[in-house]
Amino acid sequence: MTNLEKYTQAFIDTLDITEEQTKGLEYRSITQWDSVGHMQLITALEDAFGIMMDTDDIIDLSSFEKGKEILKKYEVEIK
Amino acid sequence: MLLTNKVAFITGTSRGIGKNIVEQYAINNATIYANARTEGSIDDYTKKLCKKYNVTIIPLYFDVTDVTAAKNAILKIKKEQGKLDILVNNAGIMKDALIGMISADMMHEIFETNVFAVMEMIQLASKLMTRQKSGSIINISSIVGVNGNKGQLVYSASKGAIISITKTAAKELAPNNIRVNAIAPGMIDTAMFRSISESHQSELVNNIGMGRIGSPEDVAKACVFLASDLSNYVTGQILGVDGSAIV
Repeated sequence: MTNLEKYTQAFIDTLDITEEQTKGLEYRSITQWDSVGHMQLITALEDAFGIMMDTDDIIDLSSFEKGKEILKKYEVEIK
Repeated sequence: MLLTNKVAFITGTSRGIGKNIVEQYAINNATIYANARTEGSIDDYTKKLCKKYNVTIIPLYFDVTDVTAAKNAILKIKKEQGKLDILVNNAGIMKDALIGMISADMMHEIFETNVFAVMEMIQLASKLMTRQKSGSIINISSIVGVNGNKGQLVYSASKGAIISITKTAAKELAPNNIRVNAIAPGMIDTAMFRSISESHQSELVNNIGMGRIGSPEDVAKACVFLASDLSNYVTGQILGVDGSAIV
């Protein structure tokens, strides 16, 4: 699985959405991505990539696209 | 042995209550990560306990206000043990001053260690505990956090904050089967207690119903209860260990 596939799958599995729905997805834009869903998503991303994110980055991860930028800090290239 | 197969992380273990919690957890067969601020300060003690009780105790030296170091500690536990069952937020500092003589530096210093570091540690530990859907977090508050005390505005405020942190975290983490409780020790025979004047010490002891100050072991045994499966349905509680003291 590529990093992009792992990344996308984390969103699909935790937020119960389709791959199509990840495009342009933002925090709180769907009911599943509330604060509880957000923490579940973070856990899934941390497990998928073997990282532990800083609190500031957890707070800043506000969209599907933004998450890719943030993960670069942890040496995870999403492509 | 109430803590067999459990992995515990305890902060502030170089002396007093924290040091005793390490021993009581060792007696009860836990695997222990023991934090202290000064490098090497608990090496001898932990080696003795490992040998005496045939358990694993790993010293972790860092200042609890160092968020990066705290995160690295949790990552180390995750890598080595794959889980964390118990967190004891024991590290704390006490400085007294009357209203009118409290500096901003003192306020910040006490809150950094006693409150903000505890919040950060709860955030970090709950990451592991949430994955395993179990855990026990024990925060050390104080009788003065419950009742207040002359000359301890900042310290009592910081320990009062621990009470609301405990109750809120208990509510938020309950769905993940993570329990969060606090212990509010009264007057306990530690270097911290002995740092106050002897006349003040006597005055305080006279206000204890049981007629004696508590031992660190008294508090540590309460920590064993809250860490163990004996308290599996106990969360959001503030357990006074004070011998019926009046403050």
